[in-house]
Amino acid sequence: MNLHTLTAHALQELLLNRQVSPADIYRAVRGQIDLVEKKVGAFARLAPAPDFNGLADKPFPIPVALKDNLCISGQETTCASKILTGFRPPYDATVVRRLKEAGALIIGQANMDEFAFGSSTESSCYGPTKNPWDLTRVPGGSSGGAAAAVAAHETIWALGSDTGGSIRQPAAFCGIVGLKPTYGRVSRYGLIAFASSLDQIGPMTKDVTDAARLLKIIAGHDPLDATSVDLPVPDYTQSLRCEVKGMRVGIPREYFIAGLDPEVAEAVTAAIAVLKKQGAQIVDISLPHTPYAVATYYIVATAEASSNLGRYDGVRYGRRVRPPEIRQTPIIDMFEETRDQGFGEEAKRRIMLGTYALSAGYYDAYYLKGLKVRTLIKRDFDQAFQTVDAIVTPTAPTTAFKIGEKTADPLSMYLSDIYTISANLSGIPAISLPCGFSQAGLPIGLQIMAKPFAEETLFRVAFAYEQATGWHKRVCQI
Amino acid sequence: MIFETVIGLEVHLQLRTNTKIFCGCANQFGESPNTRTCPVCLGLPGSLPVFNAKALEYALKTGLALNCEINPQFKFDRKNYFYPDLTKAYQISQFDQPVCRQGELIIPGDGGAAKKIRINRAHLEEDAGKLIHDDARNCSLADYNRAGTPLLEIVTEPDLRSSQEAYEYLRILKLTLSYLDVSDCDMEKGSLRCDANVSIRAPGDAKLGTKTELKNMNSFKAVKAAIDYEVNRQRAVILGGQRVVQETRLWDENKAMTFSMRSKEEAHDYRYFPEPDLPLVTVPEEVVEEMRQTLPELPQAKMERFTQTYGISVYDAGVLAQDRLTAGFFEQCAALYPEAKKICNWLNGDVLKEMNERKITVAASTLQPEDLVDLIRKIEEGAVSQLKAKDVLKIMLDSGKNCSAIIAEQGWGQVSNDEELLKIAQQALADNPATVAQIREGKLSAIGFLVGQAMQKSGGKANPKKIKELIEKNLQAGADGKPF
Repeated sequence: MNLHTLTAHALQELLLNRQVSPADIYRAVRGQIDLVEKKVGAFARLAPAPDFNGLADKPFPIPVALKDNLCISGQETTCASKILTGFRPPYDATVVRRLKEAGALIIGQANMDEFAFGSSTESSCYGPTKNPWDLTRVPGGSSGGAAAAVAAHETIWALGSDTGGSIRQPAAFCGIVGLKPTYGRVSRYGLIAFASSLDQIGPMTKDVTDAARLLKIIAGHDPLDATSVDLPVPDYTQSLRCEVKGMRVGIPREYFIAGLDPEVAEAVTAAIAVLKKQGAQIVDISLPHTPYAVATYYIVATAEASSNLGRYDGVRYGRRVRPPEIRQTPIIDMFEETRDQGFGEEAKRRIMLGTYALSAGYYDAYYLKGLKVRTLIKRDFDQAFQTVDAIVTPTAPTTAFKIGEKTADPLSMYLSDIYTISANLSGIPAISLPCGFSQAGLPIGLQIMAKPFAEETLFRVAFAYEQATGWHKRVCQI
Repeated sequence: MIFETVIGLEVHLQLRTNTKIFCGCANQFGESPNTRTCPVCLGLPGSLPVFNAKALEYALKTGLALNCEINPQFKFDRKNYFYPDLTKAYQISQFDQPVCRQGELIIPGDGGAAKKIRINRAHLEEDAGKLIHDDARNCSLADYNRAGTPLLEIVTEPDLRSSQEAYEYLRILKLTLSYLDVSDCDMEKGSLRCDANVSIRAPGDAKLGTKTELKNMNSFKAVKAAIDYEVNRQRAVILGGQRVVQETRLWDENKAMTFSMRSKEEAHDYRYFPEPDLPLVTVPEEVVEEMRQTLPELPQAKMERFTQTYGISVYDAGVLAQDRLTAGFFEQCAALYPEAKKICNWLNGDVLKEMNERKITVAASTLQPEDLVDLIRKIEEGAVSQLKAKDVLKIMLDSGKNCSAIIAEQGWGQVSNDEELLKIAQQALADNPATVAQIREGKLSAIGFLVGQAMQKSGGKANPKKIKELIEKNLQAGADGKPF
């Protein structure tokens, strides 16, 4: 039995029936890693072997990969940045603590774009991760390592983080399921911040059922995160019913525009037809401020990032570079040298963009205007959800692109998140799941969005679609 | 040429909450470096702030005591700058929605009359860590125990017109705050820090002159001295035909001078923006009202009530109100004994003197209201002399014993026995024939001298009133056998 190819819920049944042990599963996954990791490069680093004792009563003693921006007590965590080299958090992120309590076997820390800045996992200080479906292509990003690890069966499931599409876009590129929960649904405590008002941690899994189960483990109020919401966490498995009859599904016309790959458009259109066939009512809707989403995002997100990354100054942890000569004062020179050598190109670009947007004299024109447009985008969704239960769109405008194809052109890279950014700006939950393959054999993702805290709606629609089509069952050959 | 001085003060107040403003670390001084820290106040990657409700309570109390409006809803903002004592490279502060705004504090103005100093705002923020420069090893050491201590920054309008007014403002502010018990208010320990914005202008000029901001004063006196120095400096600059430069200047206590730290051009662009990690804070009207109800009687109100209720002078009431607990002690005594004036004389006189010598407060001493009232009663009953009573008080404070026991032990019971007193009086006359002669020649004021001699003889225990009576009587009777 190829245990590593199974879903967590399938493995859970085998565990319950005592047909396999957690160690069996762990060994199978490690075996697959030995086989393919050299080609894929999904991990920033592998975790030390876990303790298999005391797992008997744990619900999910199953291998999990964690994006390298989730703090694990005592384990180096770097956000794939040289500047955090050697940083070992003295504490567990809340999601990590919850996973450990559920018995999770941490298999490794997944590669990512440096500080989650990117859509291709090429900006990692560890080098790019490759797409398991085509090793010459990117896995998407920034949670590209986690997506590739799930797709290549180097883990059973994974946690990523999503600030503008960083879970959903790589999920789409790698043919897996990725969920960005409602802002406030999952504690951000221990997630190394990119843009605090947009970041959410979410599941990256082989199917919708696993996404529902993993969300249940990590979701819920956390007194350590003032932005986490104190609402009960439903039993999401109750939503895994093939019932979309009568549901109103909105199709925003602003999402089907120039730049959308015809193969993606075709797959998404076919997916909509599947939902219609199952009894969903398809409604044409408008989200008029969609064209401003990318610009708004790159102001708000970079502004917050410029502030969040200020703390990497070489004083307390991570990398410190001694200036070769004193130009201003020893401390300022040390800050500058450390940051110059510690941050990669994209990180520097975003810090500069964000610093500019917040600067005296530009604040009103950029950051404040960005906040206002953000409100308008949110209002678009509020209005849409008065008439529809869910909104269905492509996850990304294209399938996975070639490694190096967009690194020289940041703007074209930024457009890769054009369909995913709005959910972060408005705080709503969104899921991506496989809805077909291009002629080149590359996965295509379908995005479903719902109103705040309506993850159950996402699971219901996604599960119905998944069960009717079975794209998730296709396995890549490496 | 005459100039008018214009001063605005910014006071940073450390709030005495049990834990820090955004994490659960103990808010304590004097611990080993970096032992009162956690991922949050160290700003470790991934950590998040959670607002301490107690800090809000203290801010509201202070705001209400300063007659501020309370913002029904406020946010926190990030103030971004790089410095090794700032763990996140931003300070969580408040930019445009402070918790309190538009208040006032009444101080004794330069003319002697009460003067209203307007408070522009009071906002919450976190303190930074501390750097210790080790010259011997040519390095700097960082201690983050202080990082995350709650601060309330109280900013006045430019309403102060002299260094003395600035001093009075600080004094009254500290007094008011001491009643609220929200802060140690100790400038030497840094729990109260004050920056001064100083400018001068021609009297009657509506426009403010160019200001300089003074930092690094570590006592109220230093604030006063720094302002005086700065006013003179600015005056010299203007009289020398030059312009005052807008800048931040550091007070050097040893040299008693201010020195330029940075100019306006070098000033930071703090890139303030709303703190995304903290939700808006709403302060319901009921909470504000509840807080208003729990406010203690403030110094000004207490002084007024004391003069009216107890018939003591404004001065005496003012001295009593300097310390909330002493004022409370006074009221407890007054409930036991009707002559408030006598209590007040003791408290503001000998008791205060003894306390100052011992460097404690009435509340911290062993002295109970009953003890002081007992002592006053003993004097009134003639059981101890006014003079000896002062010594009784000293022993009471040192030993904690009650006054009856002390009087008995020391044998200080006042002599009121007529026979004994008569002997003493006669002895005084016999010992001082020259004085007696003077008195008989009409210099009646010399009787006092005889009384004093008699008191001395008695070791201070004689009842002075009775002694005086007896001396007068004996002078008339001619105790030495001669007619008066």
